[in-house]
Amino acid sequence: RKMATLSVCQPQLGGFSFENCKRNAVLEAEVTKLGCNIPSARKTGTTICGVVFKDGIVLGADTRATEGMIVADKNCSKIHYISPNIYCCGAGTAADTEMTTQIISSNLELHSLSTSRLPRVATANRMLKQMLFRYQGHIGAALVLGGVDCNGPHLYSIYPHGSTDKLPYVTMGSGSLAAMAVFEDRYKQDMEEEDAKRLVRDAIAAGIFNDLGSGSNIDLCVITKGRVDYLRPHDMANKKGVRTGNYKYKQGTTGVLTKSVIKLDLEVVEETVQTMDTS
Amino acid sequence: MNTRGLRSQLKDSVPVTGMGPQVGAYGVQDTLRSGFSSVKNELLPSHALELSEKNFQLNQDKINFSNLRNIQGLHAPLKLQMEYRAARQIQRLPFLQSSHLALDTLKGNDESISFEGILNDPAQSEMMGEPHVMVEYKLGMM
Repeated sequence: RKMATLSVCQPQLGGFSFENCKRNAVLEAEVTKLGCNIPSARKTGTTICGVVFKDGIVLGADTRATEGMIVADKNCSKIHYISPNIYCCGAGTAADTEMTTQIISSNLELHSLSTSRLPRVATANRMLKQMLFRYQGHIGAALVLGGVDCNGPHLYSIYPHGSTDKLPYVTMGSGSLAAMAVFEDRYKQDMEEEDAKRLVRDAIAAGIFNDLGSGSNIDLCVITKGRVDYLRPHDMANKKGVRTGNYKYKQGTTGVLTKSVIKLDLEVVEETVQTMDTS
Repeated sequence: MNTRGLRSQLKDSVPVTGMGPQVGAYGVQDTLRSGFSSVKNELLPSHALELSEKNFQLNQDKINFSNLRNIQGLHAPLKLQMEYRAARQIQRLPFLQSSHLALDTLKGNDESISFEGILNDPAQSEMMGEPHVMVEYKLGMM
């Protein structure tokens, strides 16, 4: 019915195609026997977190993307736009979080046009969990979803297999334990905006300095009713150092012994002008 | 009764329990049309999601219709299925691209986007369907 056949009986459907899975499994086994590695997916081995304060939500994320043991992107953006009042941080496989948040953002936009209302965070949460459950965790996207809608500020954490939690403060990613330690120590209900920003910044910094998978800068996103502050970067915790010494030799260090100038006789043979058609 | 037409409907309902061998007209593997057979390819799916994705739309429809029957009574799914059947007939022959606009509007797919619309666009598939074979398959003559 598929590639092995000479002719196609039914029209092709869109979506995921599992044609090459068996071939990939065979290739992977052969390559491992030879001792090489197949390329791995780029992960965001991350620290992301969110906190509910008096008037809204503060989301925070680091900016390192890793590919195995190598830093693939020193300044990637992990806070994704979902709708004007809802933003989502993503940890896990970078492509999965990117595509998932874009699809849900499009669906929410269509939904909001159809209902002519500002979208609610619970709608985005429901759409995300239903999609992730459908793919049984094969889509590796762990998300922190936060926003302010007509019912106030809401914060959800969504796991790759489709379970969600609605909580006042959440952390996800490889640095989540470090960030959660900071939250558990200093979280209070109904904080002011500056306190909440400082708390999130410290939690992400804890993840950056104590977890190898997180690093570089700290991005913040403050969502309140009618206003979104996307602070990128909020804090450059890991600025690259400036070299203190100059190792270039001064002009004239090498002594000149002799000097001879040979003039090359060049003459213009042909000159052509090609006009570009810019109309 | 026209059994050929019924057989074409049976072919399009995918069995949930595994993937059976492709039997041709005389009860054996039809090598010319469906290629060489391989037990490994047919007994096990190549990915954990393959079966569930193949049947996803069908299963969703079953769930929705059964919920609708429990809430509103038998007439509701019957009427809807009649409308779906009518809308499904508004398409070109199988080897040409049809927009399925009526069917999508009825199902609500015009207001949502998923991986079906992004990945593996059928309009850009590398394999072309052979017109005669596809029409024969659709009419149940194969």
